[in-house]
Amino acid sequence: MNGAAARRLRTAATGLRSAGDGTVTLLAVVLAFAAGAFVIAVSDDAVLESWGDVATDPLGAIEETVATVADAYWALIRGAILDPQGASLEAVLSPLSETVVTATPLMLSGLAVTLAFRAGLFNIGGQGQAVVGAAAAAFVGFHFNLAPGIHLAAALAAGILAGAVWGGVPGWLKGRTGAHEVITTIMLNYVATILIVYLLAHETFRREGRADAISPLVRPDARLPHLLGGDLRLHAGLLVALAAAAAVGWLLARTTAGFELRATGLNLRAAETAGMRPARVYLVAMAVAGGLAGLAGATQMLGTDFTLTPGVATGIGFTGISVALLGRATVKGTVAASLLFGGLQAGGIQMQASTGTPVDLVTIIQGLIVLFIAAPLLVRSVFRLRAADASPVAASTARGWS
Amino acid sequence: MKLELRHITKRFGTVVANDGISLTVQAGEILCLLGENGAGKSTLMNLLFGVTRPDAGALAIDGRAAVFDSPQDAIRAGIGMVHQHFALVPTLTVAENVALGDEPAGRLGWLDRRAAADDVRRLSDEYGLAVPPEALVGDLSVGLQQRVEIIKALRRDAQLLILDEPTAVLTPQESERLFGVMRRLRDSGRSVIFISHKLREVRSVADRIIVIRRGRVVGTPARDASESELAAMMVGRPVELLAAKPGAAPGATVLRLGRVVLRPGAGGIDLDVRAGEIVALAGVQGNGQAELVDLLTGRRRPAAGAIELRSDDIAGRSTREILAKGVGYIPEDRDRDGLVGDLSVTENLILDTYHAPPFSRRAHLRLGRIADHADTLMRQFDIRAASAASAAGTLSGGNAQKLVLARELSRALGLLVAVEPTRGLDIGSVEFVRRRILEARAGGTAIVLVSSDLDEIVALADRIAVLYRGDVVGIVGPDVPRAQLGLMMAGASAGTSVDAAA
Repeated sequence: MNGAAARRLRTAATGLRSAGDGTVTLLAVVLAFAAGAFVIAVSDDAVLESWGDVATDPLGAIEETVATVADAYWALIRGAILDPQGASLEAVLSPLSETVVTATPLMLSGLAVTLAFRAGLFNIGGQGQAVVGAAAAAFVGFHFNLAPGIHLAAALAAGILAGAVWGGVPGWLKGRTGAHEVITTIMLNYVATILIVYLLAHETFRREGRADAISPLVRPDARLPHLLGGDLRLHAGLLVALAAAAAVGWLLARTTAGFELRATGLNLRAAETAGMRPARVYLVAMAVAGGLAGLAGATQMLGTDFTLTPGVATGIGFTGISVALLGRATVKGTVAASLLFGGLQAGGIQMQASTGTPVDLVTIIQGLIVLFIAAPLLVRSVFRLRAADASPVAASTARGWS
Repeated sequence: MKLELRHITKRFGTVVANDGISLTVQAGEILCLLGENGAGKSTLMNLLFGVTRPDAGALAIDGRAAVFDSPQDAIRAGIGMVHQHFALVPTLTVAENVALGDEPAGRLGWLDRRAAADDVRRLSDEYGLAVPPEALVGDLSVGLQQRVEIIKALRRDAQLLILDEPTAVLTPQESERLFGVMRRLRDSGRSVIFISHKLREVRSVADRIIVIRRGRVVGTPARDASESELAAMMVGRPVELLAAKPGAAPGATVLRLGRVVLRPGAGGIDLDVRAGEIVALAGVQGNGQAELVDLLTGRRRPAAGAIELRSDDIAGRSTREILAKGVGYIPEDRDRDGLVGDLSVTENLILDTYHAPPFSRRAHLRLGRIADHADTLMRQFDIRAASAASAAGTLSGGNAQKLVLARELSRALGLLVAVEPTRGLDIGSVEFVRRRILEARAGGTAIVLVSSDLDEIVALADRIAVLYRGDVVGIVGPDVPRAQLGLMMAGASAGTSVDAAA
């Protein structure tokens, strides 16, 4: 990749935070749900039928549409937050538990992208880093037999370490040779996926008595404990993820390494002129980002999956990119965005079960959110916001409705 | 062509860039628009050239109202503009560039190269704008490229030519030649609008002067007004033009360059800079200044030669090592190299010292100390920002430069490398920056000053090294005649007398 293209990508990555200010982000979500409503309507047979008779019964068609969309979104909300019709307290809380369980790895993989963004790097490799993290955590989890507590810590550490290596290599290559991190991290995603298939073919990773590619179960000592009783799956991975978020926030704001990272990400030349060493910054940023993504894979493994399969950590890394985008590459934003995405996924299952609206709608809404965030001008024009970049002077003042 | 601007107003957000400006340009005159950066000159010219449209007011050409929606409209109406940054294609010839956009077509619609070249020759001869029509534009000097831009405008039959800070990239001799061209254009009945903030030039070439300040016309001084009168009008208060410089008391040698090769093919240069002395590097842009600065700041290692800082070889050392040895650096492009615009003023003030005590301890930033440091420097250097937490990118040019200066001078410096330290600043800030540099000199700092502004060099330098094509053609004192400096900048050696070369 040539220098100009690389520069453009880097500009795109660092420009993300300014591209979508808070208002635009919020409106992008609103717009995505509006577009989702349209998809719900046109994919529902009853709605389509009612519009067939629109000439004779226009009110009926509108009513049918509104009712269908409302039903689907109501089911989504019930599935994501609380189910007031639940038979027991456990059933009432179950949606929230599922939302957080889904959000936990996304929070971590989102932080992995956010941190890299702040250094001016586009970490597309969260997927591979999460996969190797999950595999390493699984291996420590089922292969060794350690004391309780230590076993869990060792498994989590293995996940972090594996991810850090998987992320650190592209960071090192970039600093050393200029190899673009977008290319190298994408390539390492493939390597990670194939590595898992290879490992699962190996005797060490085989589960006794099974011919298919599946590892032994992680020992109970190495599992993340559930936080609530009963069948609620909410596990201590949430605490790990929140601690990681706090640590990333502290790293960025309070340490010299974080200062170097932000300065390098915002203005590489000025950072170099001030004596900072970008090669070191890239290595550190990518290793820490990889560690976060590895931890995402590890929490998924030790909190939910308990066994390694070729489909391990599916989507965690890639969804993390969307989460970071929606969170505008800030720590708080990423945490909030992971909860929204977790809720969408948990609620989507409930929505499909109770209204028949396919769960794929959730993927569409997630995709649209990212699309709208990436196109702030579109959102501004839809909502008639004054363009912030109409003139340099107006930029600071034009932040409201016109 | 007689052009009138009537009560032109243009706002950007809450800021009024042009506030009811009225002015008239007659056929056959050179009108100078004098004003500081940000006074509204460029906005006005963009309105005139159809780049933007006024919020209120009107243009009239020869008494008839004119509305320009695009630069094409303006060109058709007979207005030509030469921007500070040229719009030329370096891989095409002069003739092709001149023809671009309005190509003389031969048979079958092919470009008629001969007609294009003939056009260039005709205009060259007529106005004294000698350029080789067949040369590639990329091979030409900046001064010649500027001529190509002027020829381009003339070929479209521009009756009014706008020149936006045209002398910024020229040697004094080239500037004089440009003024000659401007006078010939005027004598042929065309009008010229000359935009500048260089008082000396304005006084020498203008038929009429209009001073703009904060978007308004604040005066139309006589063409023989003194420089200090013009400056006072431009700034709105009396200004002391050149800080009177106390005599130098140079101490031990701080920086020594020995046979340092700046670029392939150039000879090695030798240069000593002593404590308490300002050595200026004069020269037309692109003659090795950037390479030398890169070497001094660790961005590049020399092909050959030694760079000694207090007898310590720093050639090829990292930027951080060099900064740690007491080298301060004021980069030419502060927004690109000197500041991180999205970080706060506070953070920018520790951009190169954050890793050392007292600002950090065991890899932790000590935010209290850092905030105190910012408070102190903002007061000492009069950095005006909404708050210390404001993004550095929101500062005005003068305040941004004060920030860089404050940061660099807050360390104990042995050597200060200042590149174009006052470029683009208003007169008040220029004064401030120069005074601080002289204070550093009085404090025993060795200073390397790189500037394309001869006035600045003469005002500050104790010795002047003139660079030409990567070589030092001579080292002279600040009292050397300007004309001789100009000749040296064009490659003549120090011994050449002005008379012999002219």
